[in-house]
Amino acid sequence: MRRETKIGLYIFLAPVLMWLLLLIVVPHIDLFIMSLRGEDDLGEAIWTLDNYHSFFSERIYWLTFARTATYALLVTLLTFLITFPVAFYITKVVHRRYSAFLTILLLMPFWVSELVRVYGWMILLRESGVINHLLLGMGLLEQPVELLYNDVSMVMGLVYTSMLFMAVPLISSLEGMDDNLIEAAHDLGASKLTIFLRIVIPYAAPGITSGAIVVFMLTLGNYLTPNLMGGKNSLWFTEQIYNQFIASFNWNQGAAFGFLLLLLSSLIIWAGLRLSRQDLGRALT
Amino acid sequence: MDVVLEIRELVRRFDTMVAVDNVSLEVQEGSFFSILGPSGCGKTTLLRMIAGFQEPTSGVIRIRGKDMRGIPPNRRPVNLVFQNLALFPMMDVAGNIAFGLKRKRLAAAEIGRRVESILERVGLADYGAKQVGQLSGGQKQRVAIARALVLEPSILLLDEPLGALDLKLREQMKIELKKLQSEVGTTFIYITHDQSEALVMSDRVAVMNAGRLEQVGPPRALYDSPASCFVAGFVGESNQFPAQIEEQEEKQIRVRTDTGLQLQATPMQPMERPECRLFIRPESIILQPEESLSGINRFTLQVKTILFDGSNTKVLATVGESEREIMVSLPQNRQFAHIGPGDRITAGVYIDACRCYPVHA
Amino acid sequence: MKKTVLRASIVLLALAASSTSMAQETLRLLTWTGYAPKVLVEKFEKETGIKVELTYSNNEEMIAKLRATRGAGFDLAQPSQDRISAVQAKYKIYQPMDYRKIDASQFISSMLTAVQDNTKVGSDSFAAPFCYGTSGLIVNKAKARNAKDYDALLDPKYTGRISYRLKRPTLIALAFSNDYDPFASYSDPKAYKVLMEKVGDRLISGKPLVKNYYANGDALLELMRSGEVHVALGWDNGGWKLHDENPDIDFVAPKSGALGWIDTFAIPAKSKNVEGAYKWINFMLKPENAAYFTNQEKYGTASKGANEFLDESIRDNFTRSFSAADIDNIKWYPPVPAKLEQIEGKILDRVKASR
Repeated sequence: MRRETKIGLYIFLAPVLMWLLLLIVVPHIDLFIMSLRGEDDLGEAIWTLDNYHSFFSERIYWLTFARTATYALLVTLLTFLITFPVAFYITKVVHRRYSAFLTILLLMPFWVSELVRVYGWMILLRESGVINHLLLGMGLLEQPVELLYNDVSMVMGLVYTSMLFMAVPLISSLEGMDDNLIEAAHDLGASKLTIFLRIVIPYAAPGITSGAIVVFMLTLGNYLTPNLMGGKNSLWFTEQIYNQFIASFNWNQGAAFGFLLLLLSSLIIWAGLRLSRQDLGRALT
Repeated sequence: MDVVLEIRELVRRFDTMVAVDNVSLEVQEGSFFSILGPSGCGKTTLLRMIAGFQEPTSGVIRIRGKDMRGIPPNRRPVNLVFQNLALFPMMDVAGNIAFGLKRKRLAAAEIGRRVESILERVGLADYGAKQVGQLSGGQKQRVAIARALVLEPSILLLDEPLGALDLKLREQMKIELKKLQSEVGTTFIYITHDQSEALVMSDRVAVMNAGRLEQVGPPRALYDSPASCFVAGFVGESNQFPAQIEEQEEKQIRVRTDTGLQLQATPMQPMERPECRLFIRPESIILQPEESLSGINRFTLQVKTILFDGSNTKVLATVGESEREIMVSLPQNRQFAHIGPGDRITAGVYIDACRCYPVHA
Repeated sequence: MKKTVLRASIVLLALAASSTSMAQETLRLLTWTGYAPKVLVEKFEKETGIKVELTYSNNEEMIAKLRATRGAGFDLAQPSQDRISAVQAKYKIYQPMDYRKIDASQFISSMLTAVQDNTKVGSDSFAAPFCYGTSGLIVNKAKARNAKDYDALLDPKYTGRISYRLKRPTLIALAFSNDYDPFASYSDPKAYKVLMEKVGDRLISGKPLVKNYYANGDALLELMRSGEVHVALGWDNGGWKLHDENPDIDFVAPKSGALGWIDTFAIPAKSKNVEGAYKWINFMLKPENAAYFTNQEKYGTASKGANEFLDESIRDNFTRSFSAADIDNIKWYPPVPAKLEQIEGKILDRVKASR
């Protein structure tokens, strides 16, 4: 009996393990090996750490990474600041009857692809775009202004793209919260701000953590939005990887960058979890 | 004694419904005061107005003489123990209790001292580091009460805090709460729909129905002389009969119940119409009354069943031809231990224990 | 037990593989947007019964895709002629072209010979020409009448109205306008690097003038069309398309020479339908088909007899933008040796990252 159930378990696990092995583990091993290969001056393939070394020795590479990571953190923070009141409103303020409807309304833009959404923003923001047209029409502007192709528009686009991934965990964690906790804290002498900081945020902490991790990773790994909305100043680390692979034909360097991205972003998340005293396991359940 | 809470002509309307309808009452400093009523009678609304979660439509709430209008819950000298306790799951026991003290910006050492002493008081010394999830129902109860009491409020409000506990624990907690209240001397205002909780613990009880106060008084007064038909039916057990007045004197009436029983009874309110309702408590029915007793109604019971419940054993019996059963308490001595189903037995009840109230059509 | 599972999955995989090969004969074409007009695809499918599957790409991605699979996954690709020999020498992603199987009489013979020469690795050649065009300036003449050479892209007169791609043609173009010949330094990576760094510095100092580095041809057309950009580095056919919509906008052959490129047909090493690939090549070079393509997309064609089927406007475009001297002055891209891309990549990254 026990043996049979074990075999049964393996049968069900087999596709998952195959999937993990073939699509995750094997390519990563391949990538890792590739990242350790290089050419010597004669064009012969050799084992080398040069690809990793050049990340730290070339200022432009690690500066791009630092910039990307900083912006990803900023985007994560902004996404949280914008999404939290929305999630709180949907779960705690508005009548239960409307909260499902509002949630769907919030998720609606994500039924179209990211590319379409980004183009939507571009149509709105560009110099000959809708917003400029309206402002000129109302006489608020003399000359059209370029609202696109700067860091602000890029961050806005990234925040917009990320909102879904913050809203869903926040809503689900706030939904489980007993309203009486808020009243109890109020009754025990807490001001609104204290209630928010001491009760609501700690209660939603697992949801905030998982939302923040997902948003951070997705933003760090985004390519489309920074490229299209950020314009000429928006060098993103993923674009560096793309350039190494596609434009420079330097797959070894690209692979090393890919691994560094994985490693450094994991490090940042680990540090974030330690700082906020959160537990990865708890956040992901 | 001083009045800690004074409520004057308090009204609260929701859209078309009046939840609290012109309520006035006073609560004495240091007393255990209960508000008793069926669910939906407005008692929770009343409590929430005292706590500050809702503003009255009109009327006045004064605590220690100070008008509470416009003062938010966090600045009122009252604290509330919630029905579901609302302990903070992300803090340990000590953290829960210290929450209010921290809001008062007390020194850490002082907070630690107070938390420890209140935990000891509720019998949970050494539980400070436990997580809320590790506690039993009764322990959670005590933490919730300690969390509010540690702030030394003028009034502690309790919103049916025993509702979630099982029967045995509830009985035990009733006594504990009463003891705790007399030890700390804080005024407790206790909301419940369970009349036994109210009667056991309270110094005074306010009975509430449909947004109005029916009667306010000590438990014994409510029990012995209910002021209204509702109170007579709601507080304690009673045999109830719809009845017609056949003859009316000044302090006594003769009524005929719908089962055909004729009795002398005492009118508790002026009777303007012949329809009335008769209440007789199970324990006021005397089995085999002495022939010499006067001022007593006599009738014969036919025993149907004995409901054995130790000291609370009752007899279910019928009177005359009707199949309607009435309940009679068996005295605790074993005098009637021999009676069984089918027995016929004489019974009597004093005229002043047969209480009549007018029926509002 | 485990063995059974393994065997079952192998059978399943085999079934999945065979079911695709059992389907209708297909030609998987890796090409550029616009290189396989719908009308011609349908005509080809009707004539041969071969189904055409299109994947749109660009030079760099074509190479990356084929390199990743070592030349599998596609039956025919269309890289530029200058991006074949070095890549082929290193990664072996194409198979030699069998010139007996293509109808040489349909090709402009000088172009066929040139492509054969430029794509030679060892004794084999790897490509046949399909179309050609040039890169130069697309100018809104109502706003920037005097933009005649690449240095207009660095001219403060047009601040905020300039756009180009951050790709190698931009570096090459600006090198020419500074009186260098980057093609001459192709064989000397060190000199090439020095030269390109100079160009990179110019791009960095000219960065504040740029509206945006456009990402693809559609984005460029939109920028010009909306009037947001007045001077851009772009393809001649794009400029001519815009000219049809707005006569103020036109392609201008720069004074220091338009950059000429030829896109080709090359057969990936593991092509599964080589015969179909040759059929497609011969089909696309038929004068009437080639002319349809050129009328539609405005690229020059390598088809010899297509001229008589061309629209009047195509000839007009060409004569309007190119004088005889301009034509002589076209700088045709020679094959790119290995390593240059890495040099250029670093410089382009530096430009993009600078503030």
